[in-house]
Amino acid sequence: MKTRAFAVRNRKELLRDPLNLAFALGFPLVVLFLLSALQANIPEPIFPITTLAPGITVFGLSFISLFSGMLIAKDRSTLFLVRLMASPLTATGFIIGYIMPIIPMAIGQSAICLIAALFLGLNLSINVLLVLIVFLPAVLLFIGIGLLAGTLLNDKLVGGICGALLTNLSAWLSGTWFDLDLVGGTFKSVAYLLPFVHAVDAGKATLAGNYALIFPHLLWVTGYAIVILTIAITVFRLKMKNATI
Amino acid sequence: MITAIQTINLTKKYRTRTAVNALNMTVFQGELFSLLGVNGAGKTTTIKMLSCVLSPTSGNAVLLGDSIISNPHSVKNKINISPQETAVARNLSVRENLEMIAGIYGNDKTTAQSKADTLMSLFGLTKAAKDKTKILSGGMQRRLSIAMALITEPKILFLDEPTLGLDVLARRELWAVIEKLKGKTTIILTTHYMEEAEALSDRIGIMSNGELKAVGTVTELMLQTNTNSLENAFIALAAEMGE
Repeated sequence: MKTRAFAVRNRKELLRDPLNLAFALGFPLVVLFLLSALQANIPEPIFPITTLAPGITVFGLSFISLFSGMLIAKDRSTLFLVRLMASPLTATGFIIGYIMPIIPMAIGQSAICLIAALFLGLNLSINVLLVLIVFLPAVLLFIGIGLLAGTLLNDKLVGGICGALLTNLSAWLSGTWFDLDLVGGTFKSVAYLLPFVHAVDAGKATLAGNYALIFPHLLWVTGYAIVILTIAITVFRLKMKNATI
Repeated sequence: MITAIQTINLTKKYRTRTAVNALNMTVFQGELFSLLGVNGAGKTTTIKMLSCVLSPTSGNAVLLGDSIISNPHSVKNKINISPQETAVARNLSVRENLEMIAGIYGNDKTTAQSKADTLMSLFGLTKAAKDKTKILSGGMQRRLSIAMALITEPKILFLDEPTLGLDVLARRELWAVIEKLKGKTTIILTTHYMEEAEALSDRIGIMSNGELKAVGTVTELMLQTNTNSLENAFIALAAEMGE
C-alpha cells in the first residue's frame, strides 16, 4: 500500500510532464519517420526498417533514463525526499516506487515505436511481440542508469549526462545510424564492449527469427543491466542510510 | 506533564564542524516548543535527527517511548514533518498530494479520501482540490505542505520555518492554523521570526553554534536576560554566546 501510493505519484509526475511525452514518444517517432523517408529515396538499404525499428526503440529508451533520473534529482533538490524519508517508507519501498511505474512506460514506448514501424514496412509477426520481451533487460538497464544518475547528480547534470551524453552514445554506438563495419577498428570494438549495439542486434535477430543469435547479445545487455541496477540500488541505499541523498 | 521528546547528548558532527553538540532537551506532550537561532545554529539538523532523516553521530533521542536509534520505524509512524521549503509533488493536485501521503502512511483509499476532505476544509484548500500544486500561490503551497504533514495525524509535528517567505496575511493565516493544533499535537517549530515564536510558543529554546543556550517561556527568557522583549532577550543571549 505504502509503496503503491508512492509509485502512483511517480507515474503521475512523469506522465503529466509534457516534455517527457514529447521527447520519450515524439522524438524517436520523428527520427523513425525521417530516416524511413530518407531510405525511401535511396536505392541502397542504409536504413532498413528491420534495423531502424529496434535501433530507434533502444534510442527511445535512453530518454527513460533521463526522465527517471530527473524525477529523483528533482525530488532531492526540493526537499520532497526529506518529507518522504521521515515517513515509514523503507529504502526498498523507495526503489520499487521509483522503478515500477517506469517499466510499463518503457514497454509502452517500445510498443509504440514498433507499431509505428509496422506502418513503415515492418512485417507483422509474433517476432514483433517477442522483441518487447527481448528488450526487457535493456529497459531495466536504462532505468538503472536513470536511478544511478538521479541519486548522484543534480537535475541539471542529469539533463547533461542522460539527456545529451547517453542519448548520443546509445544512438552512435548502436549501429542504427550507420553500419559499424563501415567504421570498424577501435570504434566498433568499443561499441561492442557497450550494451547498446547488443540490445539492437538482439532486436534485429528476434525480428529475423534467428533465435540462436539473440542470447549472446542478450547476455551482454542483461549483464550490464544487473551490474548497473545493483550499483544504483546500493548507492541509493547507502546515501539514504547516511542521509546524504 | 508527559514527556513527548527527550534528547540525551544528541550530537551531529561533520568532518570539520559540529552541527549539534550534546543537546539535552525535553518537550512535553501537547506543547508547542520553538527553536530559535541564527542560520547554522543547528535547528534544522536537530529536526532532521529527531525525524529520523539524519543519524546522530552520538547521543540519542526518545520520542514517546521510542528511540530514534533503536526503533526509528516506530518513531516514523508517530511523527510527521513539514520541511523548510515547500515540499509538495508539483504535478499532482492538492487532493492527490494529500491522498498520496495518507497512502504512504498506510491508509486505505477510502480513509485517505476522507482525511483529505477534512484537511482541505481545515486549511481552506477545498476550492483548489483539483488544481495542480505548481499553480498555487506560495501561501497555499505552504498550507498544503503543513496539511500533508497533518493528514497522518502525527503525535509529534515538526514545522521547519513554516512561514519563511510568506507575506504577512499568509503568515497570519498559518498562525491561526497552528494555533488550532496547540494542545492536541506536540509541535516543534523552528523560526527566525521573534514575533512568531512569541505568538505561538509555550516555551522557546535558543540555539547557537549547535548548542541549546537557554530554554523557557518568553517571560522567563526576558527575566533571565533582564530585557523587555523576546528580540532583546535573543540578542542578549546571542551576544553572550558570541563572546
